Amino acid sequence: MEAVSFWILASGLLISATALVAFRNPVTNAVCLVVALVMQAALFITLEAFFLAAVQVIVYAGAVMVLFLFVIMLLDVKEEARRKTSWAKVVAVVGVGGGAVFGATKIATLFPFAEKTLHWGEGKGGGSAAELGKLLFTSYSPLFLATGVLLLVATVGVVVLCRRDPQ
Amino acid sequence: MSEGSPVMNFGEITLSHYLALSSLLFLIGLAGVILRRSLLIIMMSLELLLNAANLALVAVGRFQGLPDPQVAVFFVITVAAAEVSLGLAILVAIFRIRKTTAADQLASLRF
Repeated sequence: MEAVSFWILASGLLISATALVAFRNPVTNAVCLVVALVMQAALFITLEAFFLAAVQVIVYAGAVMVLFLFVIMLLDVKEEARRKTSWAKVVAVVGVGGGAVFGATKIATLFPFAEKTLHWGEGKGGGSAAELGKLLFTSYSPLFLATGVLLLVATVGVVVLCRRDPQ
Repeated sequence: MSEGSPVMNFGEITLSHYLALSSLLFLIGLAGVILRRSLLIIMMSLELLLNAANLALVAVGRFQGLPDPQVAVFFVITVAAAEVSLGLAILVAIFRIRKTTAADQLASLRF
């Protein structure tokens, strides 16, 4: 059951991510990104990170996607002009990347816990909102407060950047 | 390795599977950043990169029994949201001036 859900979600995630890179229509790209983010949220659930799955859907698949779609709509972005794909570049990216992935998985197997299986429900927990909240408001509370300042600065920055000069 | 290599082991899901998935996702996002020319698509690919890192963090945290990586992922998601909003604001500002979002036409800082 766990294996089946992992393989389905993993292939869905990889296929939608590949489609995001491959297709040229920006709205199609945005839809592919939504699918990929929802797949990732489902993978968080298989990892027993329930609160993060909810946050992923609300913040990424909700807010960030709406932002992307609004910008696509406002800018009236056209389909990217088809240009000659330099196959040397593609081969270089795939080659170097594939080698890096292979090396990374090889290095990962050096750790003793890499081969451990952990079945559903056997995790130590920590994925619920209550447990994460306890951590956030005790040991990580300075970071949490800094995040508030960051969001305020970002909001002010966006307003300043997007304002037209009053003439 | 007990039961063949982790890539061939289909039945039991280990941490290696999640790490391999995460690195593949990172690879796809990296290809998007390098190969695509639209700033908007590059930003979407950047989200893929962040998601790949998040997946690796949560997987390691779960298999090690630590809740702290999830807190880190929480902060990453927050910062990513702020980054996207600022990035898109810059994109809109660039589009107003230059009437384009293609990365190879925005080379005025290049020597």
